[in-house]
Amino acid sequence: MNEVEVFPPPPPDRRNFFIQAASVVIGGFLGLFPFLAGLRVYLDPLSRKGVESSAVKVATIDSVPEDGTPKKFTVVAGRTDVWNRIPPAPIGAVYLRRQGEDVVAFSTVCPHAGCFVDYRAGEHQDFFCPCHNSNFNSDGSIKAGVSPRSMDTLEVERRGTNGAEIWVTFQSFHAGHAEKTPIT
Amino acid sequence: MKPALDWLDQRTGWKKLVNEALFENVPGGSRWRYVWGSTLTFAISVQFITGIFLWMAYSPSSQTAWESVYYIQHEMDGGWILRGIHHWMAQAMTVLLVLHLMQVLIDGAYKAPREVNFWTGIILLKLVLALSLTGYLLPWDQKGYWATKVATNIAGIVPFVGGAIQRLIVGGPDYGHHTLTRFFALHAGVLPALIVATIGGHIYLFRRHGLTEAKSKLKPKRKDQAFWPDQVFKDAVACLAVFVTVMILVYKFHGAHLYAPADPSESFSAARPDWYFMFLFQFLKYFPGTSEIWGAIVIPGLAMAVIFLMPIVGRWKSGHRWNLGIIAGLLLSAAWLTWLAFLEDVGNPLLGFLESLPGESETTGGIALPLMAMAATVPALIFLRKRFGFRVHVAVACLIMVSVGLTTRLAFKQDTGNPGFIAAQVEARANADRVVELARGLGVPQEGAVFLLRNDPLTQGPRVFAEKCASCHRYAGHDGKGNLLKDPQTAPDLEGFGGRAWLTEFLSAESTHADGETLPIATEKFYGGTEFSGGQMARFVKRKIKKFDADELKMLRDAIIALSAEAKLKSQAAMDSAAAGKGGAIERGKTAFLDEIGCADCHQFHFEDEDTDGPNLTGWASREWMISFVSDPTHADFYGEENDRMPSFGKDEVMTQREIELVVDWLRGEWHVAPKPAEH
Repeated sequence: MNEVEVFPPPPPDRRNFFIQAASVVIGGFLGLFPFLAGLRVYLDPLSRKGVESSAVKVATIDSVPEDGTPKKFTVVAGRTDVWNRIPPAPIGAVYLRRQGEDVVAFSTVCPHAGCFVDYRAGEHQDFFCPCHNSNFNSDGSIKAGVSPRSMDTLEVERRGTNGAEIWVTFQSFHAGHAEKTPIT
Repeated sequence: MKPALDWLDQRTGWKKLVNEALFENVPGGSRWRYVWGSTLTFAISVQFITGIFLWMAYSPSSQTAWESVYYIQHEMDGGWILRGIHHWMAQAMTVLLVLHLMQVLIDGAYKAPREVNFWTGIILLKLVLALSLTGYLLPWDQKGYWATKVATNIAGIVPFVGGAIQRLIVGGPDYGHHTLTRFFALHAGVLPALIVATIGGHIYLFRRHGLTEAKSKLKPKRKDQAFWPDQVFKDAVACLAVFVTVMILVYKFHGAHLYAPADPSESFSAARPDWYFMFLFQFLKYFPGTSEIWGAIVIPGLAMAVIFLMPIVGRWKSGHRWNLGIIAGLLLSAAWLTWLAFLEDVGNPLLGFLESLPGESETTGGIALPLMAMAATVPALIFLRKRFGFRVHVAVACLIMVSVGLTTRLAFKQDTGNPGFIAAQVEARANADRVVELARGLGVPQEGAVFLLRNDPLTQGPRVFAEKCASCHRYAGHDGKGNLLKDPQTAPDLEGFGGRAWLTEFLSAESTHADGETLPIATEKFYGGTEFSGGQMARFVKRKIKKFDADELKMLRDAIIALSAEAKLKSQAAMDSAAAGKGGAIERGKTAFLDEIGCADCHQFHFEDEDTDGPNLTGWASREWMISFVSDPTHADFYGEENDRMPSFGKDEVMTQREIELVVDWLRGEWHVAPKPAEH
């Protein structure tokens, strides 16, 4: 039942069909065009190439504890932020862990949801994410908690005399997946 | 589908709403003259849509505003189209507003009972102009910055509270971050909200009183029609025409022009408001000193008050005619002032319109003027038709067209213009192009793009040279910026300094002077204006080099190559490396310099000798050598006590170290060069 009073429809008029159709087409086009012009600009980030990650010198071998305790190092590098080209400054951090002469680098970003993972020395000797309690052993493997994968390792390169310099390819990975895929 | 729609209808009543919207009565049937309100609604909708998308990429602060707009205009996919639509639709809106106002006045649609609706319309007009004004500053480029300064200073001359008003608008004693955040909040928040509310009232009142029928004594009354579809169709076609016009302008100007970043330390003689404020801009020129308040506030305020009172005046006998006369007079005065403003700046704006000469302002002026003139004559013509019939109407229309034609022709013949303004526009454009080239090539530093230009030798070198060096020196005969100077040249021309050609001419013993005697070294181009024109070097050229035999001349050429290689000029890099190596021209030239042709008698060159009294030529014309020289030519390594009037620019702090570096880098041709031409 329709209680609302409706105006009587206009008498059908064949001559008007063209005008009606044209009005709808023109009106639709005019409404859509500015929106699409804006949408195209909004979608610009999708067509933009990401930053290519290159190796950055993070530390020398002597500064990494020999006993296998992970230690955090700041990553200093230049970067581009949309229009700004920014000279070298801290852009993030990595954990370096040494076992004999081998060095492993872990991203400090939790693979679960992207928080900054802490290392708990002393009693625990593990990585612990303060957001959702993801918990990793000091070798990066999952100990407990909700993370879908182990901590993300970063590519390490040894340069300088006897490979004393530790260079790390600093990059980010998509959080929340079982597979580790870099964000490009 | 139908049950769902009915369900929704019972809860929302949308059918009634749609019916009311589409089947509103149009008295006398659809007409083209009713389209203006709809085109304005369309234009404002486009501004809302494009504005919100621009918002997503805009960053209001004095170090990021220009930069983000640069990024939209030059880097983002389709950014220039979006920005262009927003820019040109704003211009179109101003024109449509005037047309809408004219139509309302001519049809008497402002009279009782529609007074309040007329007033909401006038408020909308002011709100839209406020949007234009606030939007003009947001790109934070030189043009918007300097033009808006004028507007905010005008706010400052309001008696008693002006200073406080100005401070509140600007967000502090001077332009900065808070000027932008405030202007942006007004432009994207406060004003749009007020406009939406006022348009709501405007349309509500319009619907309440219905359309005012355009009555004609001569034509029989036509049948009423519903809004849909005939009027909707006419509205849609008119909107399409507006849109096509805007898109043509967007395409022609590749979006909208972005000038160099705002810089309070750089004058900008090309600062002008947008064309629809040009008449106010021109008007201010006639109110000297403290009378400015009359031109800026009182008279425009009175004109606005007269327009506001039109519905009241319209009730009197002949009030309607009086109103039409007033609005025609106001529009004609505005058109005339606009014309004068453009005439003073660029000569004939119609010329720019027809031939697309350098600037955008001429072109917009060329579009604006005929439109304004047309808008102004329409009411007069309609009045004539109503009063005296069709024939007089046509006769006057023809007369107007003929006189417009004649005036235009006259204006073409007497095209005066202001060379200073045109030069300022050319420089403004060159800076705008240069800063984009730098931003693309080097990226924008965090302190803002304005530092790209401030640290660019190509931009700053000529300025510093003109300011600090050109009172004595020249560059290619001019002051560095292309101006010829009246004062005599009293020091060398430094174009190509350090290069082989410069040195070859300097040391040439063959006169090219009109008297057939004066050697190049003694001409104005080199030492002519200095005490050195009769000094040891000049004597050496005249007496020794002139008598060089073929072998010695060959050695001199090698010495020139060797000395010029010291400069390490970018432009000679390939030549220098070809002349390097064992047994190459540079090595031969060094030997000649030291042992064969007598240079080392006076000059040190990669060896220590306390007995020499000429300048030390080790590293001659290199960056370091030139910086040290300009800093202190009286140093023992250079002219020492024999220095002739050249100030110790660095030592005496006449120039900053950075200024010296910029002018030296410019003279040496050291600046960023784009690897390939810019896309746009």
